[in-house]
Amino acid sequence: MSYLAHNTQFVPTGFRKILYLNWPVIILLCAVASAGFIMLYSVAGGSSTPWMAPQVKRFALGLVLMVGVGMVPIWFRRNMAGLAFAISVVLLVAVELFGAIGMGAQRWIDLGFMRLQPSELTKITLVLFLAAYYDWLPTTKTSHPLWVVLPVIFILVPTALVLKQPDLGTALLLLFGGASVMFLAGVHWAYFATVIGAGVGGIYAVFVSRGTPWQLLKDYQFRRIDTFLDPSNDPLGAGYHITQAKIALGSGGWTGRGFMQGTQSRLNFLPEKHTDFIFTTLAEEFGFVGAFSLLVLYVLIIVFCVASAINNKDRFSALLTMGIAMTFFLFFAVNMAMVTGLAPVVGVPLPLVSYGGSAMLVLLVAFGLVQSAHVHKPR
Amino acid sequence: MKRPVKDLEQSSRRISRRALLLGSAQLGVVGVLGWRMQSMQVEQADQFRLLAEENRINIRLLPPARGLVFDRNGIPLAENEQNYRVVMVREDAGDVDEVLARLQTIVAIDPEDIERAREDMRKLSSFVPVTIADRLRWEDVAKINVNAPALPGVSAEVGLSRRYPYGADVGHVVGYVGPVSDYDLAKIDDKDPLLQIPKFQIGKTGVESKLEHTLRGSAGTKRIEVNALGRVMRELDRQEGVAGKDIQLGLDERLQSYAQARMDGESSGAVVIDLETGDLRAIASAPSFDPNLFVRGISVKDWTDLNENKYRPLAAKAVQGSYPPGSTFKMVTGLAALEAGVISPEDTVYCPGYTNVAGTRFHCWKRAGHGNINFHDSLKHSCDCYYYEVSQRVGIDKIAEMARLLGIGVRHDLPLSAISSGLAPDKQWKSEVRGEDWRIGDTVNASIGQGYVLASPLQLAIMTARIATGKMITPRLIKSIDGVEQASGLGESLGINENMLRRCRQSMNAVVNDKRGTGARAKILTAGFEMAGKTGTSQVRRITAEERARGVINNADLPWERRDHALFVCFAPVDNPKYAVAVVVEHGGGGSTAASPIARDIMLQALYDGPPPLEAYPSAERGRMEEQQKRIAARIAQIKPAQDRV
Repeated sequence: MSYLAHNTQFVPTGFRKILYLNWPVIILLCAVASAGFIMLYSVAGGSSTPWMAPQVKRFALGLVLMVGVGMVPIWFRRNMAGLAFAISVVLLVAVELFGAIGMGAQRWIDLGFMRLQPSELTKITLVLFLAAYYDWLPTTKTSHPLWVVLPVIFILVPTALVLKQPDLGTALLLLFGGASVMFLAGVHWAYFATVIGAGVGGIYAVFVSRGTPWQLLKDYQFRRIDTFLDPSNDPLGAGYHITQAKIALGSGGWTGRGFMQGTQSRLNFLPEKHTDFIFTTLAEEFGFVGAFSLLVLYVLIIVFCVASAINNKDRFSALLTMGIAMTFFLFFAVNMAMVTGLAPVVGVPLPLVSYGGSAMLVLLVAFGLVQSAHVHKPR
Repeated sequence: MKRPVKDLEQSSRRISRRALLLGSAQLGVVGVLGWRMQSMQVEQADQFRLLAEENRINIRLLPPARGLVFDRNGIPLAENEQNYRVVMVREDAGDVDEVLARLQTIVAIDPEDIERAREDMRKLSSFVPVTIADRLRWEDVAKINVNAPALPGVSAEVGLSRRYPYGADVGHVVGYVGPVSDYDLAKIDDKDPLLQIPKFQIGKTGVESKLEHTLRGSAGTKRIEVNALGRVMRELDRQEGVAGKDIQLGLDERLQSYAQARMDGESSGAVVIDLETGDLRAIASAPSFDPNLFVRGISVKDWTDLNENKYRPLAAKAVQGSYPPGSTFKMVTGLAALEAGVISPEDTVYCPGYTNVAGTRFHCWKRAGHGNINFHDSLKHSCDCYYYEVSQRVGIDKIAEMARLLGIGVRHDLPLSAISSGLAPDKQWKSEVRGEDWRIGDTVNASIGQGYVLASPLQLAIMTARIATGKMITPRLIKSIDGVEQASGLGESLGINENMLRRCRQSMNAVVNDKRGTGARAKILTAGFEMAGKTGTSQVRRITAEERARGVINNADLPWERRDHALFVCFAPVDNPKYAVAVVVEHGGGGSTAASPIARDIMLQALYDGPPPLEAYPSAERGRMEEQQKRIAARIAQIKPAQDRV
């Protein structure tokens, strides 16, 4: 009996569920995280402190959390989705208020052992909540304007809160992650076409407005756009980061300059080399071969998630899995586009590779949901 | 909630369809990312690699050691000394104020320097070494090294700086170096990257300047890796530069120092030429200046002192000064006349004490006149009327031709800052430059080295050298470069009738060695070292008929700057000439009194290659000479400790 056939015929219970986890995804996640450990070791100048060791610990914790979440039946998530979303929005409002009261531009809540960013949490709870919403909504009403406006509000409220922090990167992830769940749920394509058309028109209007009395953006915002479009305009100012990142990436060549031999990162020409720009270090030291391999690993994770979603007849599970996969995709695609100079620098880390605690834990919990959906799919 | 199965299946199909659609869109994005990576990392990798290398690699120039300058005996005239400076790195020092305070208790440092260093440390990055004090003595460096544990971040560094051990004695010849200025850069078309180094030392005057390219050498390079803040991480490789070439001058430092000391107190110039090679054994100009002052950056006070001194210490009078040669020019006029055949050596001219030419009366220095006088006696007694007469017969153009043949009115190209060409005037010159016709009175004036005629001590020495040898001697300052001997200054025959030259030399011999000769007081007694010469006294003012009627004012009663120049040219030994010497004492009075003793002393010093025995002097002078020798030895000794001075 084949693995697939076995999978579809038997409903696992108890600890036997471990055998039914989506193991390829787990192995791929470990592979990607390991690439991250190696790079954190390298950018610290060949030292496990200050970045690699905590990252390994958090990843181990995250793996346990993921498996634990994966064991819990998926319908429990469905029932808790509304509450989870409500809590994260409240938390978002809370940090916004605390920030206003006088804690500076703080975006996180200190839990003692880690700092939780509500915006990270929201990425998952929004997808979770939308998946539950569309599971609840009869499919015939999916494209009804009223039932379209409602999820749009669900998306825009946290997006607006995050944008105000300001965290453009996360806001974009929320927007696109939510939109993709709506798209998957079957909302009529005409809505998307309208929004995209309006967006393009809006951008066009912004550019046309420049220099006129009804200018839509501030001058400094326009200058940022200029810098993005042509970083060489301002090589020592705002364009410095992206210019140095591109130099690091490009100088890697086919096979890279060798482990710990990247001059751009070792000599501190690279900004944020352990967080948002860690991919450039990898590309510099391991070249096109290394960078492309990492991209393939990410794509394989997406492929396994999409396969799992397509094979899942439960609407909630399929939407959740796809939504999380899409969010994950947006994460690494935006980061890579950013460091290769295809997108403006918006501050999105490379998932599982960049140094950072709450992002990694939240992401692994999200994959725990994916595992749960996989284990508990109807057979 | 329970839904019909059909609804579920339909929904599942739709999700699958849209999931695949979204998946393909994602694949499209991934394709773009992959393509972007490929284009940057594979296609443009070389460009980016280059940019990365430019980021991290800095090229620093390593200044080469400057070539040294030696005298003919290998005595260093310009050398590179180790220059110790104390530097401090802020980030290593910890408490900067505390460390500076401790440093001040160990070595004396100007509070101004400390203040400047503090300022620099505030402005520059914490890892940049800041110089606190320069030109420390070795003992101070040793103290700092011993106390190193108490002085974190402080270290002594060593560099090279130029030093002239004989200071003012060679100041005019060797010149000095100084930091390259914007003015220098604008003036010279030189792409040498060394010049871009801040405060790089280049030759400013003298040999240092004229042979700059020989002495400078070429830069080495050091490739260093720096981080984003500019901190040096490591040295990747270095390529040593080529040190500048050493230069040996024909100059004799001991003779030069002697000449400078002998002329101390006068405003004068003296040149000694070696007749076998044309080497300039001494080019002395008094007073002089200490080139070391300029290397360190001259103070306003020193600069003002040098500039306001009426004796003009900065002028190299030996080569740069232009003086009417006076009676020392009479050899030129005489030889021109003899060579042209307008008079024979035995022909006499009657000297009544004056000559009337074109309505003007020209006086002989001896009011009573010399009576009938031939060539030999005219030179011996320096009779003016003889030359007034023969110059009219031979004409100014022939005289100018002879002057140029003997080296007057010709620029002698030496690697020195300012070389005077002097002037051998002729008809063409006057019409071109002055726009006037030549008048016979001009010829008469020129015949005795007055009027338009001008010569430098160097030119007078060359004239004497050429008369003494009959050969086309050209002066040579640079004896060898990097051990390669330069072309000798000994040329072909002048083409002047040897018989006439011999008679001229015999007359010059009589000037010194005949009891009644005008230069008799410069007589050398040592057999085989006898000297021949010619005195000269050139007026710098016009003596009016009125004044002459009242009686010419004695030089000693005139203000210094209106007194006559004193000149003397000589060669020795008479039978086998080895050296020619020319001395000009500005406003020194008579050539026989002021210039000839100096020339004789320098000549003796050259002949004996050191202080001569007192027997060389007439017995009456020996006591005075002994005193003078002691005085000069003391003065030289005073200069010499410059070697040990820092």
